Amino acid sequence: MKERELRGLIGKVKAGKLSRRGFVQAMMAVGIGAPAAGQILLSSGVAMAQPASTYKPTKRGGGGPLKLLWWQGPTLLNPHFAVGTKDQDGSRLFYEPLAAWDPEGNLKPKLAAEIPTKENGGLSADGMSVTWKLKQGVTWHDGKPFTADDVVFNWEYAKDPATAAYTIASYQDVMVEKVDQYTVRVKFKKATPFWADAFVGTRGMLIPKHLFADFIGAKSRDAPTNLKPVGTGPYMFKDFKPGDLVTGVMNPNYHQANKPYFDSVEMKGGGDAVSAARAVLQTGEFDFAWNLQVEDEILSRLEKGGKGRVSVTPGGNIEFFLMNTTDPWTEVDGERSSLKTKHPTLSDPEVRKAMALLVDNKSIQDHIYGRTGPATRNFLYGPPRFDSKNNPIEFNIDKANDILEKAGWKKGSDGIRAKDGKKLKFVYQTSINQPRQKTQAIIKQAAQKAGIDIELKSVTASVFFSSDVANPDTYTKFYSDLEMYTTTMGQPDPGTHMLQFVSWEAATKANKWQGRNITRWQSPEADKLYRETEVELDPVKRAALFIKMNDLAIQNQIVLGIVQRPTVSAMTAKLNARISGWDNNTSDLSDWFKDA
Amino acid sequence: MAGSTPASLTAEAPATAGTAPAAKRQNFSPWQEAWRRFRRHKMALFSAIALAVILFAVLFGPFIWRVPINEIDFAAKLQGPSWSHPLGTDDLGQDLLARLIYGGRISIAVGVAAMVVAIFFGLLVGSVAGMASGRVDAALMWVTDLFLSLPQLPLLLLVIYLFREPVKGVLGVEGGAFVLIVAVIGGTRWMSAARLVRAQFLSLREKEFVEAARALGASRLRQVTQHILPNALGPVIVVATIDIAAAIIAESTLSFLGLGFPSDVPTWGSVLRDAKDYLDIAPHWALFPGSLIFITVLAINFIGDGLRDALDPRRVL
Repeated sequence: MKERELRGLIGKVKAGKLSRRGFVQAMMAVGIGAPAAGQILLSSGVAMAQPASTYKPTKRGGGGPLKLLWWQGPTLLNPHFAVGTKDQDGSRLFYEPLAAWDPEGNLKPKLAAEIPTKENGGLSADGMSVTWKLKQGVTWHDGKPFTADDVVFNWEYAKDPATAAYTIASYQDVMVEKVDQYTVRVKFKKATPFWADAFVGTRGMLIPKHLFADFIGAKSRDAPTNLKPVGTGPYMFKDFKPGDLVTGVMNPNYHQANKPYFDSVEMKGGGDAVSAARAVLQTGEFDFAWNLQVEDEILSRLEKGGKGRVSVTPGGNIEFFLMNTTDPWTEVDGERSSLKTKHPTLSDPEVRKAMALLVDNKSIQDHIYGRTGPATRNFLYGPPRFDSKNNPIEFNIDKANDILEKAGWKKGSDGIRAKDGKKLKFVYQTSINQPRQKTQAIIKQAAQKAGIDIELKSVTASVFFSSDVANPDTYTKFYSDLEMYTTTMGQPDPGTHMLQFVSWEAATKANKWQGRNITRWQSPEADKLYRETEVELDPVKRAALFIKMNDLAIQNQIVLGIVQRPTVSAMTAKLNARISGWDNNTSDLSDWFKDA
Repeated sequence: MAGSTPASLTAEAPATAGTAPAAKRQNFSPWQEAWRRFRRHKMALFSAIALAVILFAVLFGPFIWRVPINEIDFAAKLQGPSWSHPLGTDDLGQDLLARLIYGGRISIAVGVAAMVVAIFFGLLVGSVAGMASGRVDAALMWVTDLFLSLPQLPLLLLVIYLFREPVKGVLGVEGGAFVLIVAVIGGTRWMSAARLVRAQFLSLREKEFVEAARALGASRLRQVTQHILPNALGPVIVVATIDIAAAIIAESTLSFLGLGFPSDVPTWGSVLRDAKDYLDIAPHWALFPGSLIFITVLAINFIGDGLRDALDPRRVL
């Protein structure tokens, strides 16, 4: 999709010919997340939609207890230290940001009085600052008023490297100043088209100055309130057993009328995804269960009981298939998959082409993921509607055989193709997770029919995704030929996602395998495109450059999308809860209610 | 327990003579004697037949049932037993009978091999410690305690990370996994056998019949192999059969952690693990591997029980 087409799409949205949701979906299909897509629209003068509230209760409380099941329970409740989703979701029961992302990438004001726009003077014309007006009359759970001082404090707290906050990336490059008691201004060092990062969403939850002021910097971990949150949210803290249980009671002074609906909230940890799904869908012990990485077959059967339903919310997670460009079996200077090597067989583009033809996205969706994993044949190519090249991924064993035969890879007596004494034998690794092992089995079988022998390797998730430098089995080391895992494109800025295609980000021993380019693909063309995006201010042009870069990676068969991994949760039949794929599961907790 | 009966063979004889008329006694060789005793243990006999059937099936099954173990057929997924799939299919439509036959070979082989490793080391360490006493005994028991106190899981991780690649290079993927798993399970389970053997040896070597042998000038090796070991074997056999069962289960734990066989190699444990989430949708999938493990483990235990009775030299019919 070129810039011109992108502008055409935006024009259609303006003219009302294309829905906002349609545009966001089109953007997601080419690797641009909903928040960024929303910002593109906003900068082009399409205001953010404010969906009509569906909240029905007419009085606060009276809904009884709300029972949430997080099969990994939160271990701490300070949003600035909350690395894992479970901790962020737990903190979100009590803390709120200025604004939250809704499922369509709209900003919804929480502690802000309104969303900044060019029209209301919130956004400066040069993109150098954004001014937030705060909601007045909001109090912390202990009765102290919420003011601009609190907001400025959060910036000071998070940007201090000694505090060691996980949110530091959102705060270290901005300046925050108090304009008056209920107005703050965020200033950027350079023009920033994507302004909604600090104080927004997951990384934007605000903690009170009067309780944390003494614990800024090195003492940050000693604050008693790290485990006993005092926030502005719909529920007030009652009790916390790390990893096991968080409880809260209704906040009688919540700043939105008639909210919240439930008298108390309880977030229980422990168990696994399947038993969590059962607890909601089959036995009805809990009202809501999070992150159900379970085969759709099981979920559908559980749903038939009628006690609950499964909610599938699109987000930015994509299950990926990666092909190594370097040689994982030769050690050079103390590392395998070194940039100084070339993969003995996968460096042949014909082999890559054949491999791409052997990934049966459709069967993987139909028989493993179902609703919880729509096939993404379009993801990296752009939807056929918008993509002039219209170059969909196809699954075709005969064609793969044909390509390999023509390229000189002949079958040996063992049925495995070889050329110049090099056999097409690959090791294919991923983390341990039932659907993934099944995906492996499907791809292995297709490859077998094309004369490619694949050895399956599965690694415990905690090892596979760890950043342990000493461990050879992490996904960033990529000491295998093929690999599969889920990557998030949920980051506010697609730039982070695209770093996986630039040469200087290659994961190597030198950067302790922290680089984001896992396949170690070296392409001057992709590098050039990325450099262009860094100086491009127009979000539309920038998005077009990213899309081009993405296409480049796909045409070279560096990575392949397999399925999308939307946010999957289970809720009881009566519960009304909007889950956003771009923010925490509990981001909209104040608006949850049950039908009578 | 045999070892706890201090009486010698002659001392027990008068008691049994009353029940079995001396006139009918024939002379049997020791093995015939053992077989006679084993036959009397009805459950053991029945178990031996059941185990023989299972062994026959996993050894010769693939020549009769020629369906491939990894043929994916989505049209037939999660089907119950039928003529084309006698034990039904799993969620990828793979034939369960073929997978269980193949998996049985691995599971039983792992169980037996790991047991042999564990009992071999247990007997070696236990008998040396029990006979030597003094410093050697103390040192060996320290080693045993050391192994007992080692946290098993981190040790497994370490061993497998260190040796997986080299072993795989020599023996291939499945062969390498087999050797490693057997070594790891056997190598971490010999301690209880060693303690048991040592305790048996300590008590037996002071018995009159051993003293008599010693007085007659029997060498140490002869005392051990001819007199003490046969008497100590009863409890060891029971431990060995329990070890087979534990090894079959330990193998599935390892597969669960991704440290065992590759995920596409079916073993009884891994088929059962894959099936557990589908228990209410496709019970047959979990039922068959589950019953096979159950039957095998139970049968081995009964056979062990029968063998103990049969091989106990102090027991007379």
